[in-house]
Amino acid sequence: MTTLILKRLGLGLFTLWLVSVLVFAGTEILPGDVAGAILGQNATPESLAALRTQLGLDEPALMRYLGWLGGITHGDLGQSLANHRPVAELLWPRFWNTMALAAYAGVIAIPLAVSLGILAAARRGRFFDRFANIAALALVSLPEYFLGLLLILGLSVRTGWLPSLADTYEGMGLVDWFRATTLPMLVLVMVTMAQILRMTRTTVLGVMDQPYIETAFLKGLRNGRVVLRHATPNAAAPIVNVVSFNIAYLITGVVLVEAVFNYNGLGRFMVDAVSKRDLPMVQGAAIVFGAAYVLLNMIADIAAIALNPRLRHPRAKGA
Amino acid sequence: MNRIPLTAWIGLFLIGLNLVLFLFGPLLAPFGQEEIVGAPFDGPMPGHWLGFDQNGRDMLSRLLYGAQMSIGVSLGAVVLSFSIGIPLGFFAAIRGGWVDLALSRLVDTVMSIPVLISALVVLQALGSSLPVLIVTIACLDSTRVFRLARLVAQGINVMEYAEVARLRGEGLWWMIRKEILPNALPPLVAEFGMRFCFTFLFVAGLSYLGLGVQPPFADWGGMVRDNQQGILYGLYAPLFPAAAIALVTIGVNLVVDWMLAGRTIVQGDNR
Amino acid sequence: MSEILKIRDLRVETASGLELLHGISLDLAKGEILGLIGESGAGKSTIGLAAMGYGRGGCRISGGTIELAGTELASASLRQREAVRGARIAYVAQSAAAAFNPAQRLEQQIVEGPLRHGVMTAAEARAWMLELFTALQLPEPEAFGRRYPHQVSGGQLQRAMVAMAMACKPDILVLDEPTTALDVTTQIEVLALLRETIHKYGTSALYITHDLAVIAQIADRLIVLRDGAEIESGTTEQILEAPRHEYTRRLVAERAESLTAAPGAHHRTGETLLALSGVAAGYGSKPVLAGIDLTVRRGETVAIVGESGSGKSTLARVVAGLLPPSEGLLDFADAPLPPSYTKRPRDLLRRIQLIYQLPDVALNPRQSVAETIGRPLELYRGLKGRALRAEVAHLLGLIGLAPEMADRLPGALSGGQKQRVCIARALAAKPDLMICDEVTSALDPLVAEEILRLLRRLQDDFGMTYLFITHDLSVVRRLADRTVVMQQGRIVEAAETETLFTAPQEAYTQRLLDSVPQLDRGWLDRVLTARGG
Repeated sequence: MTTLILKRLGLGLFTLWLVSVLVFAGTEILPGDVAGAILGQNATPESLAALRTQLGLDEPALMRYLGWLGGITHGDLGQSLANHRPVAELLWPRFWNTMALAAYAGVIAIPLAVSLGILAAARRGRFFDRFANIAALALVSLPEYFLGLLLILGLSVRTGWLPSLADTYEGMGLVDWFRATTLPMLVLVMVTMAQILRMTRTTVLGVMDQPYIETAFLKGLRNGRVVLRHATPNAAAPIVNVVSFNIAYLITGVVLVEAVFNYNGLGRFMVDAVSKRDLPMVQGAAIVFGAAYVLLNMIADIAAIALNPRLRHPRAKGA
Repeated sequence: MNRIPLTAWIGLFLIGLNLVLFLFGPLLAPFGQEEIVGAPFDGPMPGHWLGFDQNGRDMLSRLLYGAQMSIGVSLGAVVLSFSIGIPLGFFAAIRGGWVDLALSRLVDTVMSIPVLISALVVLQALGSSLPVLIVTIACLDSTRVFRLARLVAQGINVMEYAEVARLRGEGLWWMIRKEILPNALPPLVAEFGMRFCFTFLFVAGLSYLGLGVQPPFADWGGMVRDNQQGILYGLYAPLFPAAAIALVTIGVNLVVDWMLAGRTIVQGDNR
Repeated sequence: MSEILKIRDLRVETASGLELLHGISLDLAKGEILGLIGESGAGKSTIGLAAMGYGRGGCRISGGTIELAGTELASASLRQREAVRGARIAYVAQSAAAAFNPAQRLEQQIVEGPLRHGVMTAAEARAWMLELFTALQLPEPEAFGRRYPHQVSGGQLQRAMVAMAMACKPDILVLDEPTTALDVTTQIEVLALLRETIHKYGTSALYITHDLAVIAQIADRLIVLRDGAEIESGTTEQILEAPRHEYTRRLVAERAESLTAAPGAHHRTGETLLALSGVAAGYGSKPVLAGIDLTVRRGETVAIVGESGSGKSTLARVVAGLLPPSEGLLDFADAPLPPSYTKRPRDLLRRIQLIYQLPDVALNPRQSVAETIGRPLELYRGLKGRALRAEVAHLLGLIGLAPEMADRLPGALSGGQKQRVCIARALAAKPDLMICDEVTSALDPLVAEEILRLLRRLQDDFGMTYLFITHDLSVVRRLADRTVVMQQGRIVEAAETETLFTAPQEAYTQRLLDSVPQLDRGWLDRVLTARGG
């Protein structure tokens, strides 16, 4: 099992490297002209050439990549083209803002959704199951900004309970922070909860198809115990995958939600950078998002390996 | 499938309705999509059943025009992504070996970055035009299609009837056309619905961020963005295009859900 | 005798309303073992589960009464049925490997029943489990329960399943094909221990099987079932010696004949068709076959017999070119045979045909019978249009299917019909050698017998050559000219079938022959005494 986990770790590092290659290739090799994008309409051939030299665009792509990668490993993400400030300095505070919002939503959504998903599986075909299923299906189908606008209308504009925009600033009090971020949190919770609930239910029901579930029923065990003690442990590994998949989703879903509530996170940071075609900023944000995603997937896979009884308890020698 | 449940009927109705809007939307629109016919954010009134948008254009007409753009872009992207993903997935599954390894590795890497992030990276490099949008989304999305197609084809390829065909000396074309495709169709059709939903929301999301379909074209995601300010004054304007988006995805999801239901057997249902 | 279980006019239907059992009645006395015998779809398992008040996959009891030790189960509430289930009546499944929860230790699953039903304390349940482990001769009873299901062998797991069923000291055991998934040599041990355990604790049992010879060793009375209805019932002796109903007579006669007919076939044989010398093969670094020498002459049937893991199916895959050997030479019709099928020219592919164990997965569910049979004709013989249709009809006639079947999809055929279509597909290629890999193992006895008869007839009519792979010695008896016994990837013994059956040279062959259950009731006792002595 240790070998398997080490292998997965190695694969994770390899993937991280591939992600850096892909981000670099996507931003610099695709036939867009960065210098042209910066100068826009006013570009003259001379000013273009000068800017290209200044940005180091004349060097071969491989050299630029190595330089860029070397910078990243030291925490240097380059300089913003728009205001010439270091990308890292601008990026990390926004990253932590996003993480805080995602964590706020995740802490509430994940335990709730997994338990409701198991409950729906246990009460399959009954009222609760049908209701949860339809509600979850509707929530999955609704775009984040639709939910966001509804919440703003209901909980903010009409009632004045919560602020409609999630304005946060440094040194803000904890209570104010929670007040400001509750609406975006609610949207994220609704969307991820619906996904996790549906997928947890499907996973548990998938296990309910197995003969050992019938064995458990034939032992005279009650439905609740069969679901909790016999089905769920066997569904644990896939459920971990479902959860990690949705945390990953949480990280990108945040982009839209941040836009709705004007929240100062990495998602909006990246969208702004893309609109301004500020290349180093886009690269920085993409690599941070990519790395977070790869790490989450890796953790989930390792957890799934650790949860597999066949791997945890290998065949004894001579048995 | 002897009995179609109510939810599936609702889904089928919504899909049918949107298909009509997609095909004939602009013909049904009472006003032009750029025509200013009233005051900004004015409420519903006879002749303008959904009121006006932020520039005083007829909301209903813009919704009808937008249908073609929103649904068309996503439909185009999904069709393209399936035409890339399925052949490659089948090919990788049948050939195996290094072809499979290389393709799978590439796909895994692309998939290890969130789609939205990859799309943003490409859009910042190439700018946001309709062809770029469709091709980018199709390429990114085809990784998912590839995975499923490969998985399904692998499952079929190890079946003994596929082995019989190989032992008979059948070529690649026969294997794909006669042995794999007919048996892979049901899961792929369901996947088409799910991918469409995802892509549709995705295109709308990009437009909402201002990075998708660009003006002057009307599209639902962009309309939400343009009218969003209205919500702060308690106006419903941005909710109309958002609800239109939701109705499409709900419709498709309901039908996909019905198609996938009944596939799983559960023990102990009649204890 | 006091009846512990009384079933009257039991009817069970599926969720969609199709009736599976059409009024079954039976009585089970205390300490009695009642055998339920029949082919697949006869409703044997459905009866066993209904006796526990349980319907599999949404089936429900739609009529009749089930009286278990005075409690009526058919109309009882869920809570009442749950209280009885596992406590008074318990279930042993065919595949223990699938029936144990892979995520829990064996002892956890075994003591769960008694603790949940509140019939024992944890210490009592554990002590009783250890007693059962000892009675069932499981190794190191103390440590055994600490294992996970995947950590023990198939035979041990099947015995652990019996221990789990016995955990609450139930009145009745429902044994659903408890030895069918095991190898013949393991089957004997489990069968003997099962019988001993049941007798020792005075438990009653419903024993469900399709195998007359197995049930003859253990049941006091038999009920023969077909299509959800009783055909005949009586004591075991009476059914075996004087069956009244025609179906039962055929069942008994076929089985008796396959066990007692003069062994060995004698076909006119020609030159050497297939020769393997020093063949070794394996998957990855794991060797499965080693040092295989084998020749097959034109016109003869060579049977390869072995238990699971003997490498017999791997041998078939090597000959078919699906698994290139790591060592050794293959010759076919006096020319070297390319190791991989991808390197064999089309005509060579045509000359070697393979028929599989499971016709369900060997037929493309989306191709009609005519397409399936017609494709080799098209590919190898260039037939088209009317000539193609005529040849398909001819082949259908050969295998005994009506011409109307040509347009059906495999889903609309029975298991036996599917296997016939597979045979026709192989025949269509006009092969020199047919490899039959366990072709009758998945079929009901009477259907299997018909398929064997068809294969024999094809051999007589066309001088076909078969390489016949099976785990079942009784199949080989009348079919094969020569028989090769394999164990752990090697050939143990190869001889004329007649010689092998009457005067085996190797101990393993003898043991294999002894393990084939015989129809007479004393067989198990005789084998056990012979082994003990």
